[in-house]
Amino acid sequence: MTPRPGSTVHDVAVTVNGAERRARVIPRLLLADLLREEWGLTGTHLGCEHGACGACTVLVDGEPTRSCLVFAVQVDGCRVDTVEGLAGPGPGLHPLQEAFRSRHALQCGFCTPGILMTLVAYLRLHPSPSETEIREALSGNLCRCTGYQHIVQAALDAAAAGREAVPAP
Amino acid sequence: MRPAPFEYFAPRTVEEALDLLARHGDEAKLLAGGQSLVPMMNMRLVRPAVVVDLNRVAALGAMREDGGRLHLGALVRQHALERDGRVAAAAPLLAEAAPLIGHLQTRARGTIGGSLAHADPAAELPACMIALDAVFHLRSARGPRACSARDFFRGLLSTALEPDELLAGVEVPGAPAARAGHGFAEVARRHGDFALVGACAVLALDAAGVCRHARLVIFGAGDGPHLVRAAAAIDARADLHATAEYRRRVAAGIAARALQRAAARAEAA
Repeated sequence: MTPRPGSTVHDVAVTVNGAERRARVIPRLLLADLLREEWGLTGTHLGCEHGACGACTVLVDGEPTRSCLVFAVQVDGCRVDTVEGLAGPGPGLHPLQEAFRSRHALQCGFCTPGILMTLVAYLRLHPSPSETEIREALSGNLCRCTGYQHIVQAALDAAAAGREAVPAP
Repeated sequence: MRPAPFEYFAPRTVEEALDLLARHGDEAKLLAGGQSLVPMMNMRLVRPAVVVDLNRVAALGAMREDGGRLHLGALVRQHALERDGRVAAAAPLLAEAAPLIGHLQTRARGTIGGSLAHADPAAELPACMIALDAVFHLRSARGPRACSARDFFRGLLSTALEPDELLAGVEVPGAPAARAGHGFAEVARRHGDFALVGACAVLALDAAGVCRHARLVIFGAGDGPHLVRAAAAIDARADLHATAEYRRRVAAGIAARALQRAAARAEAA
């Protein structure tokens, strides 16, 4: 009997937040669903499921990526970082998360993981952004609660704290 | 929203990819960055039986510059246009347009070849490639061929690519003269949105300061990038974002802005 089209399974090995995970996936499984449904990493949120809202942003090999627009089979051999890995193994928060808390940069919190992952990658490349640059960097992330003001403030705070922790050469 | 089932192949070489295309033809879709294809698959606007993922074809991801000509592999990510100094030097128009292509996350994944082959009428890259007079390199199991950017785009989401062909890369010539300049301008509702209307221009002056080369391309207004040849009414479309009349009026102003920027740069060169 010929197999049903699309039912061929592929084995993937992915380094998720520093630990290797394996899965057997069908081609149409999205990375977001692999993270959430198979591996229980429900910190990555799915809003629009077609690449418009940015809530599902994770890092793939360090680059901010919409996990609803990548198939799980494509990340075989890649490094994936999600919001669960942001704070590290200790009890504290990541400095960006800390800034979000102190600035009240979230209300319902649905968009927050995607915004955090986007900003982590952005601030790594741009340690001294202007307010306008932060707004442009976040143009692919929708928040329907905050009006963005506190998010931008938190990002500026985190950038300043980052520069203090690691003085420019 | 999840895509309909499909078979997945991840070839390692261009030849393997072309064999798969020859075998599956119309049934197959090439997957590059996936920033246009996957949303359409999630919404089931397209349901390919076979997806040929090009992301593991290393040969398509290369960029090189020689003698002022920039060779961009189809799999070069869009964010490389903003980050790579060779682009800023050889084709500054591309470096200027790049930050306006979608968002941070989509540029990290989206590719140059994918944007060009998708041929969205409001996309920045097709218009820039026409303004720069780029040459597109197409390949199929039948052999390679070259095509000018102007001949590549055939209207709404349609290109010169045959079902068994792939866009392997783009060759961007250097500046048309020593004294040359580029200009880019667009109007969008929010940063990263598709342009309602945009324009890009390349001008070159001779030693006496007389303009000897001028290319102006308007995009977002009609069904595809439009190389302006004479002062004529612009073919404009209406949708829920803007009326045709609005687009025509904005196009005139935006075109003037792109030309002024190009002229100022050429004069300063």
